[in-house]
Amino acid sequence: MATLQEFRTSEKSWWCPGCGDFGVLAAMQKALVAVGASPDTTAIVAGIGCSGKIGNYINSYNIHVTHGRALPAALGLKLANRDLMVLVAGGDGDAYAIGMGHFMHALRRNYNVTYIVMDNHVYGLTKGQTSPTSEEGFKTKTTPHGSIERPIHPLMLAVSAGATFVAQGFSSWQPQLAALIQKGIEHPGFSLINVISPCVTYNKVNTYDWYKKTLQNLDEDSAYQANDRSAALAKLHQTEELVTGLIYQEPSTPYEDLIPGFRQTPLVKQDPHVDPDTWDKILQTLE
Amino acid sequence: MLAWKIGGDQGEGIDSTGDVLATVANRMGYYVYGYKHFSSRIKGGHTNYKVRIATTHVEATTRRTDILVALNQETIDRNVHELEGGLLLADQSFSPVLPEGAQAHLLTLPLTEIARNLGSVMMRNMVAVGASAALIQLPLDVFLDYVTKKFEKKGADVVNANREAVTTGYQRIIDEYGALLTFKLGTPTPGDRLVISGNDAIALGAIAGGCRLMCGYPITPATDIMEALVRWFPAVGGAVVQMEDELGSITAVIGAGFAGARAMTSSSGPGISLMQEAIGLASVAEIPAVIVDTQRGGPSTGMPTKQEQSDLLALLHGGHGDTLRVVLTPGSVEECFEDAVEAFNLAEQFQTPVIIATDLSLALWQQSVERSSLNGPNVSIRRGSTLSQEDLLALGENVFQRYQFSPDGISPRSLPGEKNGQYLATGVEHGPSGKVSEDPTNRERMMNKRLSKLDGVTAIRDGFRYEGPERPTLILVGIGSTVGILREAVKQMGGQVGLAWFRTLSPFPVERVRNVLATAQHVMVVEQNALGQIRQMMAAHGVSDERFTSFLKYDGVPFLPEEVVTRALALLSPVEVQ
Ligand SMILES: Cc1ncc(C[n+]2csc(CCOP(=O)(O)OP(=O)(O)O)c2C)c(N)n1
Ligand code: SF4
Ligand SMILES: [Mg+2]
Repeated sequence: MATLQEFRTSEKSWWCPGCGDFGVLAAMQKALVAVGASPDTTAIVAGIGCSGKIGNYINSYNIHVTHGRALPAALGLKLANRDLMVLVAGGDGDAYAIGMGHFMHALRRNYNVTYIVMDNHVYGLTKGQTSPTSEEGFKTKTTPHGSIERPIHPLMLAVSAGATFVAQGFSSWQPQLAALIQKGIEHPGFSLINVISPCVTYNKVNTYDWYKKTLQNLDEDSAYQANDRSAALAKLHQTEELVTGLIYQEPSTPYEDLIPGFRQTPLVKQDPHVDPDTWDKILQTLE
Repeated sequence: MLAWKIGGDQGEGIDSTGDVLATVANRMGYYVYGYKHFSSRIKGGHTNYKVRIATTHVEATTRRTDILVALNQETIDRNVHELEGGLLLADQSFSPVLPEGAQAHLLTLPLTEIARNLGSVMMRNMVAVGASAALIQLPLDVFLDYVTKKFEKKGADVVNANREAVTTGYQRIIDEYGALLTFKLGTPTPGDRLVISGNDAIALGAIAGGCRLMCGYPITPATDIMEALVRWFPAVGGAVVQMEDELGSITAVIGAGFAGARAMTSSSGPGISLMQEAIGLASVAEIPAVIVDTQRGGPSTGMPTKQEQSDLLALLHGGHGDTLRVVLTPGSVEECFEDAVEAFNLAEQFQTPVIIATDLSLALWQQSVERSSLNGPNVSIRRGSTLSQEDLLALGENVFQRYQFSPDGISPRSLPGEKNGQYLATGVEHGPSGKVSEDPTNRERMMNKRLSKLDGVTAIRDGFRYEGPERPTLILVGIGSTVGILREAVKQMGGQVGLAWFRTLSPFPVERVRNVLATAQHVMVVEQNALGQIRQMMAAHGVSDERFTSFLKYDGVPFLPEEVVTRALALLSPVEVQ
């Protein structure tokens, strides 16, 4: 069993003191320990943004791709070696702006990876522009008079797009967040965990205090059942997505199990040569 | 050698009719080459399919047609000029008219009516097949055998009706036009050959080369590769994912390459443009990836169903930053197979993206290929430099340096799942351990390390091929599908004319190009684009001089061997051509 220490690297943190991403990192490491993961069989795919640096701080196989493309990279990785535990992490811009196309298709494809979106309602790395999850009226360098676009509601989108696991956590609420990530990892399919991860430098509206006042914790709502898609949508609608906990989960068969002829043995462990009988059968189709 | 063509509206089964003829002739031991003219429409619009049938290997189309089968008047109007005295078989149903001055013998048969009387107008094409068999003087029974096999699953009634259709077409020609039948194909050379396209060959090469994941997005003329793999992959445990776009396709391939699987994507110009950023990532993070570009008319949507070779500069230099990619350019269907296998070897050996550039003509047109040249189980697979679990355990924890400097620029990689091999692969500049670094000295060394890897490719791959006389008056230089056309032009010209073609555009085979072309009095670079892209590369490498001319074409139509001959002869003085 690997320890928390084994999931850490010697890399010095690059984030601003107080950044919500520290909490996400800590919760991810705790969840990895809790599920009994091992650094050598864990792969982390990260996008571009302050959030995308997270892979630098976790001892595992890390791939840091282009802006918005973490999900397809994770798909390829998982199909290549389905024995790996694959986690994907990135920001709200990475996920819901430049990567939105991949996000929707990852939900409907339902391959077995865990997607952690570090949502700060702003573009951190490029120093403070509006993001798809910024609220209307949110003032940034590119929206000096306030954002005139409606925010994206990623959780409602995910639930209606056919997601099999949708949750939201808050980087300050460590036990809940770590538990949600753990559940996501254990879910046999695509799991989305949107994490509220405040940017202390460029978002002075959606602060820790603001969230602590507005967030509703589903763990304290014993009446809520996370297995009903319309109840999930109603809850998200009613709380304007200011809610944490497991929002929706259904039994699922991952994409890898549905591909015709695809084997349980990972591709990377198979002999790359084609055997003569199979080859003849293939050529026969061309006769 | 004989050229047969059938034309009609798209959606009328023109393709399958041509396929029957090509398949049967190939089985009889003839070499075939099929050329399809089509447009970006599903129904309607003129389409035609020309099949050359020969007693020797053939890999190009020609201007002349010997037998034209017309299912509508438009086919006659557009194609009759190719006949030069040949036979024109037209369906009586549209009251065919031979345009004034046309040099052709018009033969008519009520193809549609015969089919209708046999139960369905759908069988018109089978009547045409039978009639064609008679016109070419091929034996009826081989066609009947084919039809029997083809419709076996649909039951005896369908089989019999189709046999009847073929037989009637055949018999009516013999009865009504027997006197006109003068074509005689030479004796076939029995052999074990398949009629396949460049796209088929690439899909086969991918399987033979160990590729087990293909992520792609449909686009003409690349889609066949994906569809072929959908058919064949289940047998080898591979997966095809139809992605949401090409950004996703290439990135999924990179994810798989990082994990240690052999993965590919295929696309055409528009999709390749979308992949450029990620190809840079694969270069910098040193991750193997194989990308096929089946070029078509560009830019933008351009001419999606037309032939062009205009992505070449973009394939070499399309991304931002200083990156080098390996770009392979097969010049025949057989070379498509070879290069597909080799692309996966080079990608892993040099830990870098490898692009295979073909073009629409090479990708789509089918021809007879010896089965022995598709020896999948016997290809060699080179996985490149990797560290085994034992190596890594011997190293100890936190010691492995994924990007350590080395004389050939190649650093052994670990694969996810191995203990002590964890590292960060990133598009951000990094030091030997993989950790991000902005150190100026490291930056230069890392850049040089990556760029120097291509010297290794030059060392092991012959990137410029030559066939022809030792002291040529003229060398024709080509790439992709043009190579087969030039080969035919050289045959037609005879004399001291040689043929050279690129097998690798990057790393540019400067030395080979210089040496091969050194003795030629004239060099004609034949390419299908407006900018003379290959010529530009040659000039950039200092291997283009006053002996060089370009022959460019960018009207969407492939070169004809005859066009090349005319141009070449104009270049040479009569004395130089014997
Ligand atoms: C193709 C491309 N466009 C733009 C950028 C510049 N860029 C880097 S990060 C980023 C946005 C980051 O915002 P987010 O995803 O919310 O991450 P955060 O920094 O807030 O964690 C942008 C626009 C880029 N790297 N690549
Ligand atoms: S800018 Fe914001 S998101 Fe980026 S590190 Fe600083 S606090 Fe975190
Ligand atoms: Mg953000």
